[in-house]
Amino acid sequence: MGATSFRLRRRPLTVVAVALVLLAAVLVVDIMIGDFPLTVSQVIDTLLGGGTRRDQFVVMELRMPRALTGLLVGGALGLSGAIFQAIVRNPLASPDILGVTWGAGAGAVSVITFAGSLGVVTGSAASLGLPLAGLAGGLVAGLLVYALAWRQGIEGFRMVLVGIGITAVAGNFTHYLLTVGDVQDAGRAMVWITGSLNGRGWEHVVPVALALVVLVPVALIGGHVLGALQFGDETSRGLGVRVNVARSFLIVVAIVLASVATAAAGPIAFVALATPQIALRLAGTAQPPLFGSVVIGGALVMLSDLVARTIYRTELPVGVVTAVLGAPYLMYLLVRSRREARL
Amino acid sequence: MSVRLEASSLCVGYGERLVVDTLDLSIVGGTVTAVIGPNGCGKSTLLRALARLLPARSGAVLLDGKQIDRMPTRDVARVLGLLPQAPSAPEGLTVADLVARGRHPHQSWYRQWSSDDAAAVHDALAMTGISDLAERTVDELSGGQRQRAWISMALAQGTDLLLLDEPTTYLDLAHQIDVLDLVQELHASMGRTIIMVLHDLNLAARYADTIVAMRDGRIVAQGAPGEVLTEAMLLDVFGLDARVVEDPVSGTPLVVPVGSRHRLP
Repeated sequence: MGATSFRLRRRPLTVVAVALVLLAAVLVVDIMIGDFPLTVSQVIDTLLGGGTRRDQFVVMELRMPRALTGLLVGGALGLSGAIFQAIVRNPLASPDILGVTWGAGAGAVSVITFAGSLGVVTGSAASLGLPLAGLAGGLVAGLLVYALAWRQGIEGFRMVLVGIGITAVAGNFTHYLLTVGDVQDAGRAMVWITGSLNGRGWEHVVPVALALVVLVPVALIGGHVLGALQFGDETSRGLGVRVNVARSFLIVVAIVLASVATAAAGPIAFVALATPQIALRLAGTAQPPLFGSVVIGGALVMLSDLVARTIYRTELPVGVVTAVLGAPYLMYLLVRSRREARL
Repeated sequence: MSVRLEASSLCVGYGERLVVDTLDLSIVGGTVTAVIGPNGCGKSTLLRALARLLPARSGAVLLDGKQIDRMPTRDVARVLGLLPQAPSAPEGLTVADLVARGRHPHQSWYRQWSSDDAAAVHDALAMTGISDLAERTVDELSGGQRQRAWISMALAQGTDLLLLDEPTTYLDLAHQIDVLDLVQELHASMGRTIIMVLHDLNLAARYADTIVAMRDGRIVAQGAPGEVLTEAMLLDVFGLDARVVEDPVSGTPLVVPVGSRHRLP
């Protein structure tokens, strides 16, 4: 029996370390900038319990929950995308493409429009019902894709195709709701389905934080099977992996992560798609690194939100920024995969 | 010598079609067995069933006397290694990482990498002669090097049973010999039991102790190359008119097909 250890490479570790420093820096800058500008020392002072009462309010009640929601949502989306891409073995696989985020969107918009027009949405229903409906919608869509793509096992490409179908169905259902719903509700729903961190408080931070506290360790532990799942099914099974059990478990973890994130901040586009690929290229690994994707996803959403609320006179939803950055990237992926197919 | 792997009245199929039909086979420890037969005769299916990748429709596969589909798959993976036909690795995976994956059945979530694993990977790379390629990615290797990398992964798994599905496909003759010499060395120096599906009858005759000839999902001949590779068998199993002469190098049977262009007088 050899010594207990993990095989660690220097480059992926360096990437995680640098990304963590960057994450902390973005967090501080994100808190500094706003209608009441603060200095670095004021921010750090306030975070450590000092500062004036005004600083305390601005930092702890207004900016910190928003920044943390962005960080956690980004981390959850990054991890979810990394798991999907590793399992499906296709860089196009992500909760955005596979219908999970749109399913969550349809669930949440149902609550906004139906409950809204019936006058049922009051304080608690809005803060509890919306995230729960989002979670349920994401789970239903994700499990539906999984079940429809199942044919004696999961095949990546079929899952992407089924996912595109479910995305279209959920998207159209959402648009139907917006059409029949009350104008004011529809307005609120529109902001929500673009993906926004506006007005996020601690009540949004807590559910995502809890989900991450449970699911990140689960994913990292389950992730040791991912290395053996990156080959064809026969090779993986030859290595003693119960392929369908392992894959189903990890996909459910990824679906829950994406649904929780979407329930908190709406379907922020392209983060789950791009983050694992960025992490993979930086780390120089063959599979998206899980922890690296958490950190880079968090930094990406916080940074995008910083841009979204400072670039224009009025604040933009963060989803607009990630979409503007992510859409060209998706096109690049499609062009690249076509070229590979031809070779 | 004891029987390591056994098929007993084994039936395997896809959908309606029965591909392996009530087949009995015993593989004795420390031998090299080559399975031959025409395309579609069920030899790859047999190999997959022996490696518990396909379920038995009836009958059973026994590994060391125990029914293989009732054993935990990880326990099987510590004893029996498999090299599928044309395996695929993700883009960007290094040879060292590929071979390291062979250690999976010996690892768990709390013990992901040990000095045993490092030693096994080091040895597997050295034995297949690709230590200097360890940091290259699998996709940039030549066909022969890539096949060595995959065999190296199977070796790192540290199993004494090794099942190879057409390990010489897509390789030129020199590399085919190269890979089979390596298989021979594993057998000779480490006493491993090897079962491989081969298309080339002459190479099968050279490298196997036992040849199993299949047709329509059944075994039609089994034994030493000299007994199995006869002109009558070739006509019967492959529908091939051929002469069998002695291989001038190895003394094993050498199959010389007749074909329509060279009618014999």
